[in-house]
Amino acid sequence: MKTDSLLIRIGLGFYLVLFFTYLLGPLVLMSITAFNSPSFPQATPWEVLTFEWFNVLYNDARIVNGIKNSFIIGFFTVILSVIMGLAGALVLTQIWPKIRATFYTIIIAPILIPGVVLGISTLVFWDRVNVMLGLPNDSFLHNGILLTVLGQSTFIASYCMLVFVARLQRYDLGLTEAALDLGATHTQAFRKIQLPFLAPAIGSASVLAFLASFENYNTTTFTFGKYPTLTIELAQKVRYGINPSISALAFIIVCLTVLFALVHEVRNRRVQLAIANGAPVGAVTSGFKLPKIFAGNPVAVVLALFVAVAVAVISYAQFYDPEPAKAIILQEKRAAQQLRIEELQRKLKDKRLQKNLKGPDIFNEGKSKIPKLEEKKQKTPFGSGIFSPNNLNKVAPGAETPAPAPKPASPFGSVFDPTNLNKVAPKE
Amino acid sequence: MSEGVGVDLENVWIRFGDFVAVREANVQINGGEFFSFLGPSGCGKTTILRAVSGFLEPSDGNVLIGGNNMAGFGPNERPTALIFQNLALFPLMKVWENIAFSMEVRGASAGERRKRADELLDMIALSGQGDKLPSELSGGQKQRVAIARALCAEPDVLLLDEPLSALDLKLRQHMRSELREIQKRVGITFIYITHDQGEALTMSDSVAVMKAGIIDQIADGKSIYDDPATAFVASFVGENNVFRGKVKSVSKDSAIIETNRTGNLRARISSDNQGKLKVGDDAMMFIRPEALDISTNDTSSDTRIKARVTHSEFEGQSYHVFLEGTEGKEMKMSLINRGEDRMYERGKELYLDFDANQAVALPAGELASE
Repeated sequence: MKTDSLLIRIGLGFYLVLFFTYLLGPLVLMSITAFNSPSFPQATPWEVLTFEWFNVLYNDARIVNGIKNSFIIGFFTVILSVIMGLAGALVLTQIWPKIRATFYTIIIAPILIPGVVLGISTLVFWDRVNVMLGLPNDSFLHNGILLTVLGQSTFIASYCMLVFVARLQRYDLGLTEAALDLGATHTQAFRKIQLPFLAPAIGSASVLAFLASFENYNTTTFTFGKYPTLTIELAQKVRYGINPSISALAFIIVCLTVLFALVHEVRNRRVQLAIANGAPVGAVTSGFKLPKIFAGNPVAVVLALFVAVAVAVISYAQFYDPEPAKAIILQEKRAAQQLRIEELQRKLKDKRLQKNLKGPDIFNEGKSKIPKLEEKKQKTPFGSGIFSPNNLNKVAPGAETPAPAPKPASPFGSVFDPTNLNKVAPKE
Repeated sequence: MSEGVGVDLENVWIRFGDFVAVREANVQINGGEFFSFLGPSGCGKTTILRAVSGFLEPSDGNVLIGGNNMAGFGPNERPTALIFQNLALFPLMKVWENIAFSMEVRGASAGERRKRADELLDMIALSGQGDKLPSELSGGQKQRVAIARALCAEPDVLLLDEPLSALDLKLRQHMRSELREIQKRVGITFIYITHDQGEALTMSDSVAVMKAGIIDQIADGKSIYDDPATAFVASFVGENNVFRGKVKSVSKDSAIIETNRTGNLRARISSDNQGKLKVGDDAMMFIRPEALDISTNDTSSDTRIKARVTHSEFEGQSYHVFLEGTEGKEMKMSLINRGEDRMYERGKELYLDFDANQAVALPAGELASE
């Protein structure tokens, strides 16, 4: 029995580790690459701690512009989607029950339609509208921001509506009736009673809408026009090869997400704690009473640690200069390169000596191709296919290195990559 | 007392599709009266209240408040305030904001509102609690806040929809007298909806007893209890022993009923039915448990029943003796505890006497289900 439960525990622990590795591993790995100096995002081998990729990110005009556009589009999408979603939810909860199911299906359909289709149809539809109105080709209806907001809102409004419906199901219509009974108009009853009740849902719907807008690619790709969003820029960048500045961006986003989630969670816990102890909610939501919070609130502790680490990293970055370390590494790389070259030359000499003694050794050819290189210059007496110049050219550059240079996982890194050498050389 | 604004229902019908919720209701409620609608759940009493407060329009007939026809006036245009069954206090507003909500929508300044709210808080004995949220109050306190909120609107008619049903027994009894107290102080018309006959009888000037959309009787509490108009009222309000049978003979105000199992019994005809009962009609006779007493005489009479004890219960202020008459006819007798031992053993034979004036003969009709 005891060994059984032990086995189960070990199994469970193993599963949990596996699960969280799968879930968080990529994020952690990517965050590490943001601080490693090689120009291709890689976590191993660890070379030097650097913050230059944040700098690169900051100086990348296209990324910054993309972020700006994403925020503008996100802002307007939130406004439009929340309003449409709220209206839809109010209708849904008050509509005649018999057509409620039909209405629900219609209004939820945009979520089920692929984003690509929504993107194309948005483009086509508003183009037609533009033509029908007789507007010029560069009218506001062809503005990328407007079209993207319209296109994204078609389905994001449905998400918002689901959030509102969930909240409205807990709303007691008696409250509206009570307000009416006390002399309020319908507008007053909505504004003073129902809207404040919906406030938390408006908050979460806004966050949801903003995130959905921020990360949207497949609808936006058809509608962005002259205003590429961050996702569009990233996708275009990937085509030309990426550098760790993208990891840096991802790291910033992860940090912000974690920070906001923690702040929200801490707030929630304080309110719940207050309610459980019968204290008025106002006592915890106003004013900051840290010491009490730390007692029995692990999330607060995590948050504090997180902030401390962030502060430490930032202050470290103020005086930390990775350049000397980089120079050392470069020197080491050079030295290693030099060694390899010398070794190569020595081997060549040996081969030549051997050749002079014994003549060419056919059986050795497969193991070392260097002699062949040399033999190329001589006239080969054998006329075999291995010596054809095409063949030689193919194998020659990688001949001595055990693994191809561009592979980041190679134990030699990209030391032998000629392009790499060119890049680092001027920095010396 | 009669200075307040009265409410009249004139031939009011309320239908939902084919379902008739209220049938031909004719009610006159005098100004300043505490009026109750009493009936089992689903009898249409809340529907009547909603018609008075303006949440629904009657399908037929008129609702008059202070003599004015209210047709076409919404709930926010009527001089009524409703206290909801679940109170419907605004959960996100502080207590004082809740109370002064009716002033807020009229555009009163915060200072004015606060002042009036504090006055009302004093009245309901909750001074200093204005800055709490409703969720921080107890059930009885919420109750009083709901009343204060309704009174703050200065209505001519206050409508109460089973406001005490969520409270526990002790608090309910306390709130009964408090409500009555408040009503006397403010002097406005109260219309009270309840399924609890105790509430209706103790608080009301008049009670309307409803059954499935029909108002069976409108009278003061004593008449409802002692002089019921229908078999339903007799069986719904208080406890009653029912004897079914046929009318054997009728005089002006009393009748002899030939009961199915207990023989001929004499009873007074209820005042609403005098002249309506004919010889040979199906009839019902009701005797309250407390109207029965033990007889020392064993001769047969039309005000005497022979029965055998099945069991006895002691309830402090009274004993309840359960008996079985001929052919298993079940009866209950309540005897005031005056220090004698009334715990009769099973099987003991007793003769029960009653005063014919305390027994009521009524036309046969539907009884209230338990």
